[in-house]
Amino acid sequence: MARNIQSLERAAAMLRLLAGGERRLGLSDISSALGLAKGTAHGILRTLQQEGFVEQDPASGRYQLGAELLRLGNSYLDVHELRARALVWTDDLARSSGESVYLGVLHQQGVLIVHHVFRPDDSRQVLEVGAMHPLHSTALGKVLTAYDPVAHSEAAEAERQAFTPRTVTALEDLEGVLDLTRARGWAADVEETWEGVASVAAPIHDRRRMPVGAVGVTGAVERVCRDGEPGELRPEIVAAVRDCARAVSRDLGAGRF
Amino acid sequence: MSDNHSTASHGHGPFIAAIDQGTTSSRCIVFDKDGRIVSVDQKEHEQIFPKPGWVEHDAKEIWENVQQVVAGAVEKAGITAKDVKAIGITNQRETTLMWDKNTGEPVHNAIVWQDTRTDGLCRELGRNVGKDRFRRETGLPLASYFAAPKIRWLLDNVEGLRERAEAGDILFGTMDSWVIWNLTGGAEGGVHVTDVTNASRTLLMNLRKLEWDQKILHSIDIPAAVLPEIRSSAEVYGTAAAGALAGVPVASALGDQQAALFGQTCYDKGEAKSTYGTGTFMLMNTGDEPVNSYNGLLTTVGYRIGDEPPVYALEGSIAVTGSLVQWMRDQMGLINSAAEIETLASTVEDNGGAYFVPAFSGLFAPYWRSDARGVIAGLTRYVTKAHIARAVLEATAWQTREITDAMTKDSGVDLTSLKVDGGMTSNNLLMQTISDFLDAPVVRPMVAETTCLGAAYAAGLAVGFWPDTDALRANWRRAAEWTPRMDAETRDREYKSWLKAVERTMGWIEDEE
Repeated sequence: MARNIQSLERAAAMLRLLAGGERRLGLSDISSALGLAKGTAHGILRTLQQEGFVEQDPASGRYQLGAELLRLGNSYLDVHELRARALVWTDDLARSSGESVYLGVLHQQGVLIVHHVFRPDDSRQVLEVGAMHPLHSTALGKVLTAYDPVAHSEAAEAERQAFTPRTVTALEDLEGVLDLTRARGWAADVEETWEGVASVAAPIHDRRRMPVGAVGVTGAVERVCRDGEPGELRPEIVAAVRDCARAVSRDLGAGRF
Repeated sequence: MSDNHSTASHGHGPFIAAIDQGTTSSRCIVFDKDGRIVSVDQKEHEQIFPKPGWVEHDAKEIWENVQQVVAGAVEKAGITAKDVKAIGITNQRETTLMWDKNTGEPVHNAIVWQDTRTDGLCRELGRNVGKDRFRRETGLPLASYFAAPKIRWLLDNVEGLRERAEAGDILFGTMDSWVIWNLTGGAEGGVHVTDVTNASRTLLMNLRKLEWDQKILHSIDIPAAVLPEIRSSAEVYGTAAAGALAGVPVASALGDQQAALFGQTCYDKGEAKSTYGTGTFMLMNTGDEPVNSYNGLLTTVGYRIGDEPPVYALEGSIAVTGSLVQWMRDQMGLINSAAEIETLASTVEDNGGAYFVPAFSGLFAPYWRSDARGVIAGLTRYVTKAHIARAVLEATAWQTREITDAMTKDSGVDLTSLKVDGGMTSNNLLMQTISDFLDAPVVRPMVAETTCLGAAYAAGLAVGFWPDTDALRANWRRAAEWTPRMDAETRDREYKSWLKAVERTMGWIEDEE
């Protein structure tokens, strides 16, 4: 167990070297300072460069520390930035699904609603930005719990209240729901939080493939589910939600995966 | 926004295509019958700065880009010209171009609305009367912003231009005219027209008659031969002669802010929209009478559908809104992205007594004081950067309040609710603050692209794609609404403090020039 991984030690040494004294170093400076073959040093530098920890000056070919290192210490995505990026896509989701759209992020032991688009009919609706929803029973919460380990430990440790007879409260059962969520890439809530209400949600990832939030539609169970089959979500709504989540992720710089 | 957010083509044809020839880019959006976006294509063009204060565009580059984005949007939508019932045009207003009608060659780069090279000329033209010399006829002050002084500058400074213009070889147009002339065939039979909204920004059109004013033309010394025919905002001007939409009727033109008013379906007297971008433009529908402003607003044509009576509007603009947030990011380094202003401002409950009046280049409507400069007032040891962030957002909200107050005074109509669009509408705290300060609901529509939508709506009306404005209203969807939560006493006290801070900005610059 005590054996260390040599290439990681070498990468750490390179970062220290680039952080001190001269700010930009060439490949031969780095390899000679650390006593490495040029090929070895280059391989490690190329990996660090791909991860954004090191940048190469295109003119001189010299290496310097990358912007990613600065972001490490300050890594969370601003929720207002998330809302600004999601605006067009969530409007479109509300229009195509005919239901209201919510965007949520993990906050303490629940889901914080950071964006809400009204259902596109003429009814009076109230903006619910700032509201907190539970992790274990809502579609947004299940998505966050399935993809974000911090949310997972919150949901596992919290008391999971039964809001309706359909709420899944046992940890083992919840884990099954989360496995299913990860396997198909979306989660649902059919009358597990509110009677008569169903929702579908999918994860939003940033450019480092970190789960930063969830987006979903919520509506009356008879509209969100297929007629006669309360458990079955309408496939076109599921597809629209997933498209929206992918579009926002793409806007945040996440690649296809 | 990304260049290629063509959403999966939903809805079935037919469609309307809208071209938005804007200040920084040209765009084409294809809409379906519900007013939903089917596809978008966009291309930026070069901003040319020959001297401080001068801003120009290469009109040939713009026309190239327009053709490309039209082709791009049609392709992304997976449709053909047969599926498109009409083309609508909206454009950056006041930007001025003159070209040779025989060759289609521009005689000079287009002079952009922001360009201030004609400041001196405007003072000269004001003679002993001053900047309100033509306000009664045109609704506008004499300012370098508008087209007429730019035309005069071109006639005076491009060698031989005046002679060619008087001989009838030269055409003038704002960007709507340039795009329509080229779309309908250019030197081979292109139609030379403009719409009432664009014409109302030239300083040359009589607002009541909707005709070129011969006396003003004479005073500014512009030959009538260069002028386009003034038409309504929604009628068929001609058909596209070539390109991806060959054979499709060109059926609307509206200046960008008027197009947004139309797209926000502000069809009743007293309805208003405010577009929050780098700066902010607010327009209020005042019905079929032009309302003179005694409070520093502009009187302008809102739109005119075919033979129907024209609808007028009052316009107020705020020079610095989104750009103040950018200033906090770029010059002060207090935030990393524009959206973070809300995060920072939300960490405190109020402004901590601080007020920020961003009179960076003087105060605009309703004050018009060029001797004013920016001020942060009310500073104490208690004030943090979060309070300043809050004051930044409040500045936009208070300036909106000042414009609405001026509109109410001029029109005698109370604002019932404000429809908002533009990038800053993603800022929840700002929208709530505007609602609090106006003591009126603030409503965001579901389609943020109200400018293109307005042009599409007008074109669709002209060809019978939509029957009337009621059908357009039925398309309008509320995406969010903020209602006032502030008590009257707090609002009045805060407004008083804001007005005191505004006073502190005045008279900072002495002996201008």
